[in-house]
Amino acid sequence: MSAAPMLSVKDLTHWYGARLGCRDVSFDLWPGEVLGIVGESGSGKSTLLSCLSCANQPSGGQVLYRDRTGAMVDVHALSEPRQRLLMRSDWGVVHQNPRDGLRMGVSAGANIGERLMAVGARHYGDIRTGAQDWLGRVEIADDRTDDLPRTFSGGMQQRLQIARTLVTHPRLVFMDEPTGGLDVSVQARLLDLLRGLVADLGLSVIIVTHDLAVARLLAHRLMVMKDGTVIESGLTDQVLDDPHHPYTQLLVSSVLQV
Amino acid sequence: MDTGYNYAYLDEQTKRMIRRAILKAVAIPGYQVPFAGREMPLPYGWGTGGIQLTAAVIGPDDTLKVIDQGADDTTNAVSIRRFFARTAAVATTEKTTEATVIQTRHRIPETPLREGQMLIYQVPIPEPLRWMEPRETETRKMHALQEYGVMHVKLYEDIAHYGRIATSYNYPVLVNGRYVMAPSPIPKFDNPKMDRMPALQLFGAGREKRIYAVPPYTRVESLDFDDHPFEVQTWDGACALCGATDSYLDEVVTDDAGGRMFVCSDSDYCGDRRAAGHVGDQGATAADYVRVTEAGQ
Amino acid sequence: MTPIIQVQNLSKSFTLHTQGGVTIPVFSNLSVDVAAGQCVALHGPSGCGKSTLMRTLYANYKPTQGRVVVLHDGAPVDMVAATPRAILDVRRRTLGYVSQFLRVIPRVPTLDIVAEPLRTWGVGAEEARDVAAGLLTRLRIPERLWALAPATFSGGEQQRVNIARGFCAPYPALLLDEPTASLDHANRETVLSLIEEAKARGAAIVGIFHDAPARERVCDSLFEIESFRSAA
Repeated sequence: MSAAPMLSVKDLTHWYGARLGCRDVSFDLWPGEVLGIVGESGSGKSTLLSCLSCANQPSGGQVLYRDRTGAMVDVHALSEPRQRLLMRSDWGVVHQNPRDGLRMGVSAGANIGERLMAVGARHYGDIRTGAQDWLGRVEIADDRTDDLPRTFSGGMQQRLQIARTLVTHPRLVFMDEPTGGLDVSVQARLLDLLRGLVADLGLSVIIVTHDLAVARLLAHRLMVMKDGTVIESGLTDQVLDDPHHPYTQLLVSSVLQV
Repeated sequence: MDTGYNYAYLDEQTKRMIRRAILKAVAIPGYQVPFAGREMPLPYGWGTGGIQLTAAVIGPDDTLKVIDQGADDTTNAVSIRRFFARTAAVATTEKTTEATVIQTRHRIPETPLREGQMLIYQVPIPEPLRWMEPRETETRKMHALQEYGVMHVKLYEDIAHYGRIATSYNYPVLVNGRYVMAPSPIPKFDNPKMDRMPALQLFGAGREKRIYAVPPYTRVESLDFDDHPFEVQTWDGACALCGATDSYLDEVVTDDAGGRMFVCSDSDYCGDRRAAGHVGDQGATAADYVRVTEAGQ
Repeated sequence: MTPIIQVQNLSKSFTLHTQGGVTIPVFSNLSVDVAAGQCVALHGPSGCGKSTLMRTLYANYKPTQGRVVVLHDGAPVDMVAATPRAILDVRRRTLGYVSQFLRVIPRVPTLDIVAEPLRTWGVGAEEARDVAAGLLTRLRIPERLWALAPATFSGGEQQRVNIARGFCAPYPALLLDEPTASLDHANRETVLSLIEEAKARGAAIVGIFHDAPARERVCDSLFEIESFRSAA
């Protein structure tokens, strides 16, 4: 077990004007740990994710990240170039809608290659080999390399987005409902793939989902959110099998048996 | 000189504004400077950006040359040349070597430019990142932060689909190691001429209201991959009229039976060579080739 | 000698907020130690809280009060107070749990499912697969099934795969929930010898056995939960 957390979140709060996004969220995330954030729509989980991933500047609180040199940096105090560099190199985001994370007008290979080129790769052969290697890892056939993502099914697009995100070997990945909008059998395949990749690469992941089965399969621990605050957190199976907060009990009992 | 208009058509305040934009553009090579582009007496796409630049920099002592796709005698080139002859009382020329100001659409003259000359490009779309990123706010940020990875995506797509970089005009360049710039739709054949050119290069986009510049002797590199280096077009043949093998050639269809010939796109260069005695394999029939007749002079 | 598992003053009740906030007490002030090489059987009638205690030991349930101290890497870890990642580390390397049902992971071959705990111990893929293959053979899972995901296996086959997985890594402590239930005679024998082997190498074991002869054969003591029935 490594001794230091990779991400340390302190009292993170975000207001949309007078409306609360999330309030006083604090947690640590260790290398290789997968944290699930569950809750119903409007519970503040997506707000929290956007504040963590620098898509939003929070109204209060801190997000400290331990970079590759071991130094703790306050990500919201970083200059925008440093933030964007972090997003390109150390961090990755998997959006719910693959269209938000892909360039629909360029080929699958270029979608993956772009992330490599964005961090300086300038050898076409290497970029293409890297792209095809990742297509293979997300189970997309080589002969689709030069096809446009819009010719792909929803599940394939999502797998392509995952490949595009992981190709630069990020250390921390944010996922927003990565299986949302996919039918059940496609979901199962994607989850299984994600589970394998996360374990193989030792990724730290923060995954937002309203699907408790997804949370159980992927997350080591959970935070349950309601009305912008974290109402219960702990080991995934503990939260799901022995929920204490009334809302968590309601949430767990509302789910069909999984 | 016609009166009723200020010298060189634009009022002096406008010219000052444009000159200030030019100075800024020269100071930050490759950076697109917004300017308050005026309505000009010609449609967008016909060189409204270039013509405003020319109007702002030209003076009575200048000699103006205007080319369109390398030719001095096309409608657009002739009109713009006449415009300045009438409004600015400048001498005009078709000789690259005699000109002090050259306004161009889509070519750089074959004859190397020298110090003291100005090359003014007409630019339709100044933003090289536009193809990948439609949001202006985002492209500005990408320039500011030098996030140019996406520029290689188009080149990647070319190689993936055609086995080589098929982009043949408006080929993106990196200016002074800092800004990625659209060189306007010149053939990539001309890209190497931009590098460390002794003349000042100014770019004007009238519709998009942007001015940018490459000061003399500035590094201009064409983007490429380590394993697919930048290269220019080559032709198997030579110019049918002057026999040149080092110039950019246009393909000209000569009849309905598929007959064709290749001729220099730079009419001045071709004419000079023929005047110096160079003859291509169809040089004898040169009189039949409308574009090269002396009638335009 | 320090016990591997020390349960101190453990109480557990459930409060059901969705059903009017009714509180269901299960047990209170329960203490028990399990030493290395010892097997303790949880005993009592159905519904007395055997499985609840087992799950509380594994930190799957959160007790109302008390401590569950597990000797992990030579240092005591209180499973009640530990952070999630500390609990996961104890589960990964010290405390094994053989539940009654296999949680099937789609598309992962049986052999890898069985070998996985040993892999997380840091054992190489080949060696872990060899150990897994040995266990599957002993539990009579035909070799032709090893490369398949167990989703389509019969209930009995899945149970045996689950047992193989539970015994794959040499955990210092093991929780066994009805390991011999509904097994045929030969497989029951295998499981009992696996338990005896685990004891012999010094594992501390807590088990639930409805099968009385099995219980008598492998267990050193009975722990009556009934006497800790909550008065709370």
